[in-house]
Amino acid sequence: MIEARNLHKHFGAVTAVQDVSFAAANGRITGLLGPNGAGKSTTLRMLYTVLKPDSGDAFVDGISATARSLDARRLMGVLPHGAGVYPHLTARENVHYFAELHGLGRAECEARTAQMIELLEMGEFADRHTKGFSQGQRLKTALARALVHGPQNILLDEPTNGLDVMAVRTLRALLLKLKATGHCILLSSHVMQEVGALCDQVVVIAGGKVAANGTPDELRARAATPDLEEAFVRFLEPLAGHP
Amino acid sequence: MRSLLTVLRKELRENLRDRRTFMSALLIGTVVMPLLVGVMVNVTVRHGQSQDNKPVSLAVVHGERAPNLVAHLREFRIDVVAVTMDDAAAREAVRRQQHRIILTIPDDYATQLSLGLPAPVLLYADSSDAAGAGDVGRVRAALGRYASQLGRLRLMARGVDPMVLSAIAVQDMDVATPVSRSVLILGILTYMIMLTMLMGGLHVTLDATAGERERGSLESLLTVPVPREQLIYGKILAACVFMVLALTLSVCAMAVALRFAGLENLGMRENLNALTVLELIACCAPLAPLGAALMTIVAAFTRSYREAQTYVSLILLFPTLPLVFATTLGLRPTAWLMLVPSLSQHFLVTGLLRAEPVSALYVALSVSVSLGLGVALAYAAGRLYHREALLG
Repeated sequence: MIEARNLHKHFGAVTAVQDVSFAAANGRITGLLGPNGAGKSTTLRMLYTVLKPDSGDAFVDGISATARSLDARRLMGVLPHGAGVYPHLTARENVHYFAELHGLGRAECEARTAQMIELLEMGEFADRHTKGFSQGQRLKTALARALVHGPQNILLDEPTNGLDVMAVRTLRALLLKLKATGHCILLSSHVMQEVGALCDQVVVIAGGKVAANGTPDELRARAATPDLEEAFVRFLEPLAGHP
Repeated sequence: MRSLLTVLRKELRENLRDRRTFMSALLIGTVVMPLLVGVMVNVTVRHGQSQDNKPVSLAVVHGERAPNLVAHLREFRIDVVAVTMDDAAAREAVRRQQHRIILTIPDDYATQLSLGLPAPVLLYADSSDAAGAGDVGRVRAALGRYASQLGRLRLMARGVDPMVLSAIAVQDMDVATPVSRSVLILGILTYMIMLTMLMGGLHVTLDATAGERERGSLESLLTVPVPREQLIYGKILAACVFMVLALTLSVCAMAVALRFAGLENLGMRENLNALTVLELIACCAPLAPLGAALMTIVAAFTRSYREAQTYVSLILLFPTLPLVFATTLGLRPTAWLMLVPSLSQHFLVTGLLRAEPVSALYVALSVSVSLGLGVALAYAAGRLYHREALLG
């Protein structure tokens, strides 16, 4: 369960996020949808504690991301935008490193790492250096790394960006599996179809503000159009200003 | 603390597999540096020896006017070459380095000499030609000795004891061992040692900071429940380990190289034993955290690996400063100067190589100041990595 409450963030003169509030429930996939530069990444970064909000707060399973950021981090698995892996380590070592950093015991590190390799079907390349991995292999490694400590909440920033069809399918299958086991999943995207196909709830962000929030059906109904993309555009228009 | 060691272990493992680290930390220390040192010392020693023994070549115009003088010069291992040229030609010949030194005997030389008056000779040399200064000195000394010999003979012929001329008997007690000649060499040596050490940590630092950011793994790393400064301390520590490794390798390799290079000619220990090697390493190692933390701080302000590489490489110049000051100002170690990192290591290493007694106070000052500053800078680096701009 992740809750954003009145988040504000500015960089110099630019206001990136303005009074953003929403909740992402357990057992659901919540999508942050918005054009590039709308403030999706900044919002996520405040949630996963690498940025501090100017005001407002975020709560991860009720724990404040600002006051108790280390505890909040323990409850989250994060796949940042364009997450890279260590090229001179094997996929297994990459995952194991993060298990150790999450403070798991020695035996647990081994066991959890092996478990992730199985879950993501990485056995074939787990013990190769990640230098020269395909995008799909790199994504799996980064995902395994993000999930190795068994977090209840999973945050992904533009996870499908630049992936081929096969890799996107793998990711989608995994997210649905995690959702079925009651995890809270929050992802950002600027791709309409993806959000429509995957998400139970959509938070439309534009110009650093929440423009709309609801299930895909609710959004369609509110915009009075059967097409989600059309609905999306209608929510953005009043903020963008008519040309 | 556990996380710090986790980071340290991972950085060591990853970098040991990286060819670039291997090149910068290990290859330069073990192969390139000792080779350079060996060649440098050898050339210096040879040059110094050959300078003293080589006969000086002197062009003499109208040598037939002063046969005794010419014979005298030959006794002092001066190769006399008879040439014919006038004043202008002689000046031109020296200027164009056709002849380094030219001695002209004027036609009134013999008459003046027989009258007991000062007999003129003209000595052409280029005082801006530093390499020839020693040769000119030798010719001048030989001429002076001949003049004083004649003078004494004249006094005796007039019934005066030549001793009256010697009011003061100056005896030069030259205490300059070959050591003084080696000051520059020692400076370059300590510079090489410190340079190799810093180089050893260069790639590790770049990779762990700017490299990590450029690869996109930094943001993931910052989401683990470990305080940022612990991650940074782990990385700095990893760089220190590689620096000390490079230092150890380079000092050992240098000790081997110097055995073959005629050490006693430079006034150094003829035998760099294991204890000296350990002492050398122990003197330089406290500089490692300072270098690593400084590089980490500089890398924190850069936006890409390449940019970081440019600025961090400038830090490699930092150990050249003591070399410059120590040689141009002729600095001697004092307690105050031992407070200056890099300069103090230079003094300690020089002292150890010359087998001079090294003051315990100096060692304590050097070690504590360098380490203390290193810890302070590491703390500053930890603070810097809390900046949000770090994410780029």
